[in-house]
Amino acid sequence: MKRRNLLAGAVTGLLLASGASFAQGMDKVKACFVYVGPIGDGGWTYQHHQGALAVQEAFGDKVEIQYQENVPEGADAERVLTQMALGGCNIIFTTSFGFMDATNAVAAKFPDVKFEHATGYKREHPNVSTYNARFYEGRAVQGHIAGRMTKTNKIGYIASFPIPEVIMGINSYFLHARKVNPDVELSIVWAFTWFDPAKEADAAKALIDQGVDVIASHTDSTAPLAEAAKTEGRVIGFGQASDMAIPEYMPTPRVSSIIDNWAPYYVKRVGQLLDGTYAQTDSWEGIAAGEVEIGTITEAVPAEVKAEAEAMRDAIAAGTYHPFTGPINKQDGSPWLAEGAIAPDSDLLGMNFYVEGIVGDIPQ
Amino acid sequence: MLRLEKRPTPSKFWLYATPPVAVVLTMIAGGILFALMGTNPFEVIRTIFWDPLFGEFAFYLRGQLLVKAGPLILIAIGLALGFRAGIWNIGAEGQYIIGAIFGAAVGLAVFPTESRWIFPVMIVAGAFGGWVWAMIPAILKTRFNTNEILVSLMLVYVAETILAKASTGFLKNPEGMGFPGSRNFSSYPAAQNAFLYEPLGLHWGGVAALVTAVLAYILLTRHQAGFQIRLAGQAPRAARFHGVSPARLVVLCMGLSGALAGLAGMFEVTGPAGQISIDFNTGYGFTAIIVAFLGRLNPLGIVLAGFILALTYVGGEMASTSLGLPDAAIQVFQGMLLFFLLAVDVLTNYRFRLAVGAH
Repeated sequence: MKRRNLLAGAVTGLLLASGASFAQGMDKVKACFVYVGPIGDGGWTYQHHQGALAVQEAFGDKVEIQYQENVPEGADAERVLTQMALGGCNIIFTTSFGFMDATNAVAAKFPDVKFEHATGYKREHPNVSTYNARFYEGRAVQGHIAGRMTKTNKIGYIASFPIPEVIMGINSYFLHARKVNPDVELSIVWAFTWFDPAKEADAAKALIDQGVDVIASHTDSTAPLAEAAKTEGRVIGFGQASDMAIPEYMPTPRVSSIIDNWAPYYVKRVGQLLDGTYAQTDSWEGIAAGEVEIGTITEAVPAEVKAEAEAMRDAIAAGTYHPFTGPINKQDGSPWLAEGAIAPDSDLLGMNFYVEGIVGDIPQ
Repeated sequence: MLRLEKRPTPSKFWLYATPPVAVVLTMIAGGILFALMGTNPFEVIRTIFWDPLFGEFAFYLRGQLLVKAGPLILIAIGLALGFRAGIWNIGAEGQYIIGAIFGAAVGLAVFPTESRWIFPVMIVAGAFGGWVWAMIPAILKTRFNTNEILVSLMLVYVAETILAKASTGFLKNPEGMGFPGSRNFSSYPAAQNAFLYEPLGLHWGGVAALVTAVLAYILLTRHQAGFQIRLAGQAPRAARFHGVSPARLVVLCMGLSGALAGLAGMFEVTGPAGQISIDFNTGYGFTAIIVAFLGRLNPLGIVLAGFILALTYVGGEMASTSLGLPDAAIQVFQGMLLFFLLAVDVLTNYRFRLAVGAH
């Protein structure tokens, strides 16, 4: 066998075959997942893996699941993706922003394999789709709770990287805290990491020292909650990416959480591949589709506040409320959204400014 | 009773036997680990050591070996020169990052100019960046007698912070919609380190690694500086009488290893990695320390060791994806290699003696 020609041969051969077979669906799908962290991280990767397990659950023998943990972003990702494509994966989910270029590069070589990239924006080939979740919807609910719960009127946010997704979360959190508590002030600490328990703990300590008594985080570890737990109930926080419903952190400091639930999307996409309705998309679903969930609000939150938060969640789900509804000004006072106007997705996806009332600059 | 006794002269036999024995012991201990985890140990070992070379996808994976081994070899050779002289540069990871940033910055500064001079200038900039970063611990050592192990290691974390700044700030792709990361060099041919021959995974970094290995071998065996390096490591006092300046040697060895690590970073960022990103560095600078020792601090041995380590990475990934082994098990397996290497290495300088009678 001339293996050297296999790549080229496989590409052209399967290209011919695929035209027909995809339209009719497939009997069996091999779905593969590339993770940036370990499946036991208790946050981001853990949730993606739960989604993968849900696919197995939903389709049983008709799917085969493969995954690779701790894949570094860059050259190594490209090799892992190529190995998976060569190894017969029909659809490959790359679950971190940093896999964007590698995903598109490998997709070019394997036009018959479907690639799904989480949180990115590049779809350079017809077989590349992107997906993300509207986490800012959950931030609105958290902001509401934060604004109502703070006693010092100082709330905090541990931010990861100054990218639109994080900035829109900060804005959503702040807007909804301010809405119910005009005196509230927001302190932001940039951790420049997605997952680093030591750094996250330092950030939480710094916030607590400033008098902050509600901490939200856009980093994935439970370290900020662990710091809050040392304050004897003075400081509260939220689970991030996964529920983080650790018994000793409940009912406080973990009063609620944002849960990334990728299962509905993964089940839908693999299902479409099986039944032949698969097409390239750019998916951005939120609470309504079940991709963003609000974890149990504990009894540390007064019943009235809990009811308000749940009402907001339901209104967002029903489509009757959008967290970015005008009037909203930018930080410098210039108008962004007029009265009653709803932020277009394009504004959100490129968001590089704070809203009015937030103090400080976005790091450049 | 068994006891260790220092050999009058290091054993020639164990000097060369240590690496293969360590590899075999790693396979055995790793096999037991894999068996305890409920997988077939023979299948796992075959997947790691055999499949990347001769398995179904070897046509692709063989090339990946050099991609992975290239930077390891390049960095390890520089480190080995210092290690031989008793100069411990542990911060190659930081020099690798700074080299990548310098090299990338030069290329990105002139984007989108097309000229065949861009890439050579970037190579020089990359080596210079690594050299500068290594000069900090070198000068602190020669001036203030600080410990180069600590300073070079700590500077890795400083370099990582600069890398985060670069990818979210001064090197950020202006067309990247605010997302972190520089432009991708794959869309900028004049500054790209493309494959020269893809089936072998050969790019300029691989060429540099192999050429450097030969040059370092000649330096160590045929050149005055190489003699001084070896002498300083084996007999520091004798070296001093021989007119070897310890300060100059520190500057030379740290500078060389820094420049080579910087080169590796530059070739990586413009080639396989493609862009400056927050998580650009993946530990080559640290793994190269294992490679240097596995290769017995000998440039040609390092080439071989680089390929063995690359094999455990590429094969380890295969075992992880296709056999469902957790990534942590593969990391333990790689760690065992260094452990056994150091353990068996004791036999080079010591021997076991059966002690009879009481003391």
